[in-house]
Amino acid sequence: MRRTDPGGPSATTGQPLPFGVPDTAAPRLEDLMSRVARGDKDAFSALYDALSGTVFGLVVRVVRDRAQSEEVAQEVMIDLWRQAARYRPGEGSVLAWAATLAHRRAVDRVRSAQAAINREHDQAARQQARPFDEVAEQVETRLESEQVRRCMRGLTEIQRQAVTLAYYQGLTYREVAETLRTPLPTIKTRMRDGLIRLRDCMGVTT
Amino acid sequence: MKHDGELHTLTGAYALHSLTAAEHEMFTAHLADCPSCRQEVAEFSATAARLAGAATLPAPARMRDAVLHGIESVRQLPPLLPDSGRPMTFTAILRRKAITLAIAASLAGAAVLGGVTVWQKQLAEEARQQAQASERRLQDVSAVVAAPDARTVRGRTTTGAGTSVVSSKLQNRAVFIGTGLPDPGAGRTYQLWFDDHGTMRPAGLLTQDGATLMQGGIQGASGVGLTVEPAGGSARPTSRPLLLLNLPA
Repeated sequence: MRRTDPGGPSATTGQPLPFGVPDTAAPRLEDLMSRVARGDKDAFSALYDALSGTVFGLVVRVVRDRAQSEEVAQEVMIDLWRQAARYRPGEGSVLAWAATLAHRRAVDRVRSAQAAINREHDQAARQQARPFDEVAEQVETRLESEQVRRCMRGLTEIQRQAVTLAYYQGLTYREVAETLRTPLPTIKTRMRDGLIRLRDCMGVTT
Repeated sequence: MKHDGELHTLTGAYALHSLTAAEHEMFTAHLADCPSCRQEVAEFSATAARLAGAATLPAPARMRDAVLHGIESVRQLPPLLPDSGRPMTFTAILRRKAITLAIAASLAGAAVLGGVTVWQKQLAEEARQQAQASERRLQDVSAVVAAPDARTVRGRTTTGAGTSVVSSKLQNRAVFIGTGLPDPGAGRTYQLWFDDHGTMRPAGLLTQDGATLMQGGIQGASGVGLTVEPAGGSARPTSRPLLLLNLPA
């Protein structure tokens, strides 16, 4: 169940290439993390240098506003220090852990801001707020990684929209369903199917 | 292991942080009891990290100084001890019980084929019905939490346990979620109440942490209460409430 059939996108494009933090850096990050967990500040500054770009870029992608993003990204990096001893290598890479923390915080930030806005508008006004075309245009934004771009092209339109609206825009799947005018159960499965394709295309393992 | 297909499809939305807070809590509870879901969520999180990598931007230089300076005054958390484990959730208990009963039912069913008594057959039927009831309760809890108008209120009991109540007017139902509730003691139980503007209406019993569907409709209730009562529960509260939460207006 873990891999797509040979007709899947990965078969036509060969071995996935490492990008961002190279795969060879993975054990090094884990070593750094275990030193950070023991309170090693030099190790933390090296960890900062390895992860801050990913954390900051992701937060900006979701939050948009630079000043707020900087604040959120800063909180995430400090949280990595605070929680270092709770990182468990068996449950995923340091990069995945950091990205999860960063995404969670970014999403919390936009949702609490959105909740404040929603209190002032009625439901009808809110539903008008995001015309489909505008959102579709936003998700076309540039992605740095050739591999991610390529794998994204292997998704159906609705899978791609569902994954990117949720991940890069921080929408709940209900908002995604509303935006794409698609029933909720369909959105749930498309998100999962989209991630399965991306996972297989990028050769992700845990 | 057989699992709930409906819940299982939420792995994607969960990994993308695309569930509402209440659903996220609910699914986290489900993960404790679903190793294949945990594996899939881990893979999806790693996949999402690749998407994060594709959005990399150099962080402003002043952020580095702020963070490296900031950690000076931040205490690091101790590691989580491997055996402390998560308290088992009600959902997990419910599911485990349903599976045990289902196994009991099928064993009893096999015995029937061997030619046994009517009594055993009845027992098997009873077990099957109980298993179905457990599954139904799990589905009822999910239905409230996933309702489009679900709202969550949170609070702490006087004993310090974390609680949330998820309510849906459309479903006219509420789910109580407790974390860190101490054992109520031998011969005692926790009892939930709906506060009908000052009159306490019994809303079901619980003995431990987890998510539980409150008995009765939320219509007419302005709040939710929790007390400790003698085993079997009481018609009206006999002790001071450990918790009173207002439901969303």
